[in-house]
Amino acid sequence: MIKAEHVGYIYQKGTPFEHRALYDINLEIADGTLAAVIGHTGSGKSTLIQHFNALIKPTEGRVIIDGTDITNPKTDLRLIRRAVGLVFQYPEHQLFEETVYKDIAFGPATMGLDKAEIDERVRLGARLAGLREEHLQRSPFELSGGQKRRAAIAGVLAMEPKALILDEPTAGLDPKGRDAMLSVIKKLHEENKDMIIIFVSHSMEEVAGIAERVIVMNEGRVEIDGTAEEVFANAERLRRIGLNAPQMALLADKLRAAGYDLPENIYTVEQAAAAVKKLIGGNTGA
Amino acid sequence: MIETKNLSHSYRAGSAEQEKKVLKGLNLKIEKGSFTAVLGRNGSGKSTLAKHFNAMLLPTGGKVYINGMDTLDEKSVFDIRRTAGMVFQNPDNQMVAAIVEDEVAFAPENLGVEPKEIRSRVRECLETVNMTKYAETAPSKLSGGQKQRVAIAAVLAMKPEILILDEPTAMLDPMGRSEVIKTVKKLNKEQGITVVLITHYMEEAAAADRVVVMDGGSIALDGTPKQVFSNVEMIKALGLDVPQVTLLAYELNKAGIDIAADVLTVDECFTELAGLLGGNGK
Repeated sequence: MIKAEHVGYIYQKGTPFEHRALYDINLEIADGTLAAVIGHTGSGKSTLIQHFNALIKPTEGRVIIDGTDITNPKTDLRLIRRAVGLVFQYPEHQLFEETVYKDIAFGPATMGLDKAEIDERVRLGARLAGLREEHLQRSPFELSGGQKRRAAIAGVLAMEPKALILDEPTAGLDPKGRDAMLSVIKKLHEENKDMIIIFVSHSMEEVAGIAERVIVMNEGRVEIDGTAEEVFANAERLRRIGLNAPQMALLADKLRAAGYDLPENIYTVEQAAAAVKKLIGGNTGA
Repeated sequence: MIETKNLSHSYRAGSAEQEKKVLKGLNLKIEKGSFTAVLGRNGSGKSTLAKHFNAMLLPTGGKVYINGMDTLDEKSVFDIRRTAGMVFQNPDNQMVAAIVEDEVAFAPENLGVEPKEIRSRVRECLETVNMTKYAETAPSKLSGGQKQRVAIAAVLAMKPEILILDEPTAMLDPMGRSEVIKTVKKLNKEQGITVVLITHYMEEAAAADRVVVMDGGSIALDGTPKQVFSNVEMIKALGLDVPQVTLLAYELNKAGIDIAADVLTVDECFTELAGLLGGNGK
């Protein structure tokens, strides 16, 4: 469980460059949750998630990871960072080894594991990240953009973290690379029932596709927090803070406003197609 | 005008290493004043194509003409680069100056333009991209979208006829993306600048007059956004997205419901559905 209690964060506190990024954040993220954090640049979403593996500590309030308060000076932050894996934006820029295998092995090797255990970890990480056996002996630089990024994620997964935080894992990928990334996240969630997965995204459509919980950030505060259905029901509010609801949610809103009887919770093409078919079916039946 | 005649390009052509054919005999004409989006997934050859439009890359087969000038003719390279300006993906890699106005003045200074004329161009170009306020700001203090608009202003200061943008929004957030696309559209409509926009975002391609879809070094589709995106199955097979509303129309058509297949916006789709559902709504 990841818990934020009245978390505030100020960059360069006490200097003329002081800048507040977070105000009074209260969140509880239960084990096994797949959550998306969405918001535009400057909304505080990256600052927020960096608290979850103690990369930064709150300047106000507390962050508690599995019962351990990261603001407590006695807390061993190495253990927190092992429990919570953080994948930065463009993590592929940090690949440096000669082969994908060695890159993934780098983390586990620092944990003092023996060779067989490291090998096992590498294969596990690669499999979870959707890489194939043949990728392992290649240079990271021979992989496609999406594969490189998944190789970087494999390195984090090889540490067997209890929670995985990804900062904009689909940024800059083409549609195919993006879909591969999203299906890795989805599968990871399905196969690891207790793992918390939190990913940052700009895209409502991709969030609508996989996240169970959506946390919308705006100007350093949690603006909306709920299921995808609950969040997308606020199309107007989302637009006000510079985010667009999925096209299907907007279309459903327009149809409802025109008096058509559509169910709530429409934000994917499948849902909208089903609703329209039903309306037409009802029409001919009448 | 840009014209390619049977354009081919191979990386490592003629070297000992294995040759890689990236463009395979392209014939393309881009008219003056048009706004063309080149859409394709990574590795489709779209960036390689774009780099031929200002002679950054030269054909290994066939020809490219910019306003009739052959890019293989060394004497024309200078004029070609002045005619066709290029903006790249990562704004941080193209900034050279300490403050925004110096960045925009950099190219005209190199061209030996009169100082007075430089000042007026800088002012004008910053105004065009709506960055006047930031004339004396350091580029590092700007957001990604602002940086890209400065990069566009820096190209405009050379008064190019053609603007080529190679995935200018790939590293930007949705707000930055829409700022850049709005700026580009304005330049095309108000100043008549020919725009070639390389992208893998279908929303951006939908804003163009024409969409050229690249796949495996060849042109897979070429037409208006409506013509191109109504080929839902093909677009998906090419690893690209279609707008959600277009996909909805496609799904409904498959179910035997008669709705125009080429809707691109929520409003168009609503109008179609309202027409179809008739008096059902009250």
